[in-house]
Amino acid sequence: MKITLKLFASLTDYLPEGAVRNAAEVEVPAGASLNAVIDRYRVPRELAHLVLVNGVYAGASEREKSCLKEGDTLAIWPPVAGG
Amino acid sequence: MAWTKKILRVNLTEGKVSSEPLNMEWAQQYLGQRGLATRYLVDEIDPKCDPLGPENKLIMATGPLTGTMVSTGGRYSVITKSPLTNCVACSNSGGFIGAEMKSAGWDMIIFEGKSPKPVYLYVENETAELVPADDLWGKSVWEADKLIHEKHGDPQLRISCIGRAAEAGCLYSAVINDLHRAAGRSGVGTVMGSKNLKAVAVRGTRGVGNIKDPKRFMEEVSKAKQVLAENEVTGKGLPTYGTQVLMNVINEVGAMPTRNMREVQFEHANQISAEAMAEPRKSDGKPNLTTNAGCFACTIACGRISTIDKTHYSVVNKPEYWGNSGGLEYEAAWALGCDTGVGDLDALTYANFVCNEDGMDPISFGATVAAAMELYDIGAIDSKTTGGIEMKFGSAEALTQAAELTARGEGFGQDLGLGSKRLCEKYGHPDLSMTVKGQEFPAYDPRGIQGMGLTYATSNRGACHLRSYTVASEILGIPEKTDPLATEGKPGLVKAFQDATAAVDSTGCCVFTTFAWTLENFAPQLDAACEGDWTPEKLVEVGERIWNLEREFNLKAGITAADDTLPKRFFTEGANTGPAKGKKSGVKEMMPEYYQLRGWSAEGTINPDTRKRLGLPG
Repeated sequence: MKITLKLFASLTDYLPEGAVRNAAEVEVPAGASLNAVIDRYRVPRELAHLVLVNGVYAGASEREKSCLKEGDTLAIWPPVAGG
Repeated sequence: MAWTKKILRVNLTEGKVSSEPLNMEWAQQYLGQRGLATRYLVDEIDPKCDPLGPENKLIMATGPLTGTMVSTGGRYSVITKSPLTNCVACSNSGGFIGAEMKSAGWDMIIFEGKSPKPVYLYVENETAELVPADDLWGKSVWEADKLIHEKHGDPQLRISCIGRAAEAGCLYSAVINDLHRAAGRSGVGTVMGSKNLKAVAVRGTRGVGNIKDPKRFMEEVSKAKQVLAENEVTGKGLPTYGTQVLMNVINEVGAMPTRNMREVQFEHANQISAEAMAEPRKSDGKPNLTTNAGCFACTIACGRISTIDKTHYSVVNKPEYWGNSGGLEYEAAWALGCDTGVGDLDALTYANFVCNEDGMDPISFGATVAAAMELYDIGAIDSKTTGGIEMKFGSAEALTQAAELTARGEGFGQDLGLGSKRLCEKYGHPDLSMTVKGQEFPAYDPRGIQGMGLTYATSNRGACHLRSYTVASEILGIPEKTDPLATEGKPGLVKAFQDATAAVDSTGCCVFTTFAWTLENFAPQLDAACEGDWTPEKLVEVGERIWNLEREFNLKAGITAADDTLPKRFFTEGANTGPAKGKKSGVKEMMPEYYQLRGWSAEGTINPDTRKRLGLPG
């Protein structure tokens, strides 16, 4: 199934080729967990601090248990802040 | 110690300067900078006074750690009564002048009265004099800064200055120091202009040596710096990406106020983000971002130094804008960009340069342009009103023209200089002003981040993110993650952030340290530097006392519980997209609990037992 993967800040380096403006449409196994996608793109789990699925925060347990659906957007940041 | 224990008082009406001792009893109760200067303001002016009249005073204040080796210990604040909000104003700035003022031997400078002619204050250690500034009036900050440096032949002078915006009466004028650092919010520059005070130039060579326990101080400072260095946010994220890293975060969570807050996600956010600022541009292969920069003693260095593409329409044939200057921070990029619908990074950078050049708060300026664009969109104003500008959402040209006109107080810029509230009232649509107590919102939609709604509604200086940055918890998970769409627990969260921030703002340090430091890190540094016993518990109490003192000033100035609210839009229009779709602000539900936690009445006044517990004056 296809999802949109977005990696920001220092995680930009882990984006697949062809990504535009920090986003790439990628093919992942149906029902893949969040952590499965994080591992698939070799994003260090300890740097996957802010993980959002369609803009909604996913905590540590959800990343293991929750499954992605076709068309979802998975966006990930390392620890960042501003203001 | 750490305080110099000296105040420089400047009577502008009589042209006299004098020295007086700092009230050390108040220093133990209000610490310094924001807190201590507010204590002086409360003592010395009538809260009902005309903010632009000679009876208002303007205080430039340092904290006890300003000028020391504590990380970020270079801050100073400008405290006065705001012409934008009629509330207490306290605008905090970094750069270098705060440390210079301290090094010259002054904890604060109190300006009173009004000079009959334009002047600037020149301070060299213990000597101070008012110097005629007729030749500087009508000049931008950048021009005046250059002329003052040349006049004194001292490249190391540190200068705070107002631009043409303040001279023209723009109600959100800033005091700019070191060319592009700003005491930005609430129109503190407008007050300075009303006093015919163009600039303050300071040279201090005495250092800050009056530390209570120097050996312990150095040990505590070293430990605290290590905490900042090892933290992912303060050690890596902020220096590399700056605050602008938030652009994509806040857009993704659906809390990006867009087109005067009609919408909550901006389709061009990724074109004006931190990541976009680092991308090489096509014309010259260079990115917008040249480098990061740090203020005095800062070991974080989140500042952005940028250039504009020389081929961009805004700067063609204007070589004065081709060099490096202060670049976009998140709040400025949001106000100038998302809120106006403009996704042109160079246009935003140019507008930001103009805000620095002539001393305007880019948040209030951008948000006022956004309000004008909505007025234009519904037909309440037209191109005759604007002097020919097609004030359409998304128009970079409209934004940059508006910046130039407002900076110089020309044409429609005079209307824009009124701020969003007065502009929308003037043209018959007060509900389109996205303000609280007359001050424009910053960059977080209160429908998508519920705690920020309560933050804005209760902020003592009008809508502001820096009075309690619950975004840290609700979105970024610092110190722990809370649900941004929930209202439960938010009154307590907001109060805790407000009190802690009031204390931090009174130390002389930057609030950005709090992404890594807690009051447990501040207390030992303060305790080693300052007389008195400084514990985290005492700092919380000091913060709560400062918050209530500011509230009391505002109550006496005429603020009531009815002012502790948000614009109608947030109660009647749900968020249009994203995770908060359909959600409205829960401020009205949260307010009773907030008042109760504060020890205030249902009418928002301070209960007698709260006053007694905190030892409020009068």
